[in-house]
Amino acid sequence: MSYGTNGNRFAIQTFSLSRKFGDLVAVDGIDLSIKEGELFSLLGPNGAGKTTAIKMLCCLLRPSSGTATVMGRDINEDPMAVKQIIDVSPQETAIAEHLNAWENLSLMGGIRGLATKEVKKRSEELLEMVGLAKRAKEQVRKFSGGMKRRLSIAMALVSDPQVLFLDEPTLGLDPQSRRGIWEHIAGLKGKKTIVLTTHYLEEADALADRIAIIDEGKIAALGTPQELKDSISDMQVMVVKAKNLPPDVIEGLKEIYPEVKTTEGGIEIRAKELSFYEIVDYLRPRGVAIQSTSLKQPTLDDVFLHLTGKELRE
Amino acid sequence: MRFAELAKRNFKEMLRDPISTGLELGIPAGFLVIFWALGRSMGDESFLTTTMLVPGIAVFGFAFLLMFSAMMLARDREGALLSRLLTAPLKPRDFILSYSLPYIPMVILQIVVCFGIGALLGLEMLGNAGLVFLVLLVMGICCVELGMILGLLFNVNQVSGVGSVIITLVALLGGIWIDIEAIGGVFYSIGNALPFAHAIGAARDVMIGAGFSSIATDFYWVLGYTLVFFALGTFLFRWRMVE
Repeated sequence: MSYGTNGNRFAIQTFSLSRKFGDLVAVDGIDLSIKEGELFSLLGPNGAGKTTAIKMLCCLLRPSSGTATVMGRDINEDPMAVKQIIDVSPQETAIAEHLNAWENLSLMGGIRGLATKEVKKRSEELLEMVGLAKRAKEQVRKFSGGMKRRLSIAMALVSDPQVLFLDEPTLGLDPQSRRGIWEHIAGLKGKKTIVLTTHYLEEADALADRIAIIDEGKIAALGTPQELKDSISDMQVMVVKAKNLPPDVIEGLKEIYPEVKTTEGGIEIRAKELSFYEIVDYLRPRGVAIQSTSLKQPTLDDVFLHLTGKELRE
Repeated sequence: MRFAELAKRNFKEMLRDPISTGLELGIPAGFLVIFWALGRSMGDESFLTTTMLVPGIAVFGFAFLLMFSAMMLARDREGALLSRLLTAPLKPRDFILSYSLPYIPMVILQIVVCFGIGALLGLEMLGNAGLVFLVLLVMGICCVELGMILGLLFNVNQVSGVGSVIITLVALLGGIWIDIEAIGGVFYSIGNALPFAHAIGAARDVMIGAGFSSIATDFYWVLGYTLVFFALGTFLFRWRMVE
């Protein structure tokens, strides 16, 4: 096990971790050090390389080059030892549909070598925790999407892993179910090392101790949510609500201010120096009906746009 | 015995799919009665005797088992459950065993159903019934192991297509209702190279009084295929575990 300069133990370290699929470089030489007990988020759009990175760390995919250690065990040299101490809740709701919730948990505990008594005790606790205790004996194919996700997370916890990988745990869920799952994840903070991949900014912002913004297989930025926001604190963000905003006008505005994001009912413009009059004088003669303008604090979305030139979309 | 937990789940999964279970038992039972009735209407000269039909139809039933076992594995792969299971510290051999073992009771049940119905229809057993059972059991396991290979290579839709081709091949080249030796040529060569006709022929021979020495080559032929399919399935699982 390696230690950081401040004495923190690293649960996960990657060393130029890379994965190619033919000519496509999905993960491109990632170097990361994730501290023990940390909730670390890999944030990026679909296809950024988050799931590929997780699959390599879970020993489901061999790196094309580079390697990683999980609690000091090398993923290339000793995958079985890595598998002993991890668990994962995959992006897809990977559950046995014809089994009930109880049996799904028993299955996961059993294949990870837990004694029957221990599985029973842990399952009872987890079903209570994710609010499925009353429906534990129902076949899970009758569950809603949110219930399946909650069960999927509980299945990843039954073996009490030292390192937990949560791959897009709230993908496709309604906001209420999403917040419910956030509460469960927040309850695990500090108890175990968690690697959370997401393309929901609010999710990473609300849950993560540190975030790595990943784009085209590379780490574009790394830090706490606040550090990342502070990194563009010298930027101004103007929110313009307007009607009749054709794409060619937005493209023209990008020649003056390169970071223009389209939002519902308007645009957001980011720059170190913004001129209100310049923007209004550009938009009005082009037939744009401005309804309101305001300034706002930079968000992680702004950080992502600033770093990658792309928007994170749901 | 971590794989036993997964085997238990797969057994439950199999039992909780009543349509597949019904087909696995109903198809051989139905075909046996239909062909027996056909044989009766053809008269005394008919080759569709119970001794001919029972082992053949049992193997025909295994071919369906092959398809259903492949489908279960393919479904788990497509639904990402297998990916999740692969993050557990199980070896490829454990996975193959846990997906194969639940089908062995079904193999036994199919044999019992075929011979039970056969007995009702006047089947005569002159040889060692235990040896007949052993030959057919190995053949059934062989089919399940081939199912594992299909389940690892193809998706659910492809499995049903490839499975149908294999069922047809078993029916045509296994010598279930036609004597492939009498057909001769390339059909005989292919049928003789595959394990199905060996298992059916060996079971029929024992049923009319032959001993193990007479069918040893056929038995080892089937056993060889079973071991090769098991090894190939294990190899494919290892490949799937990291890709």
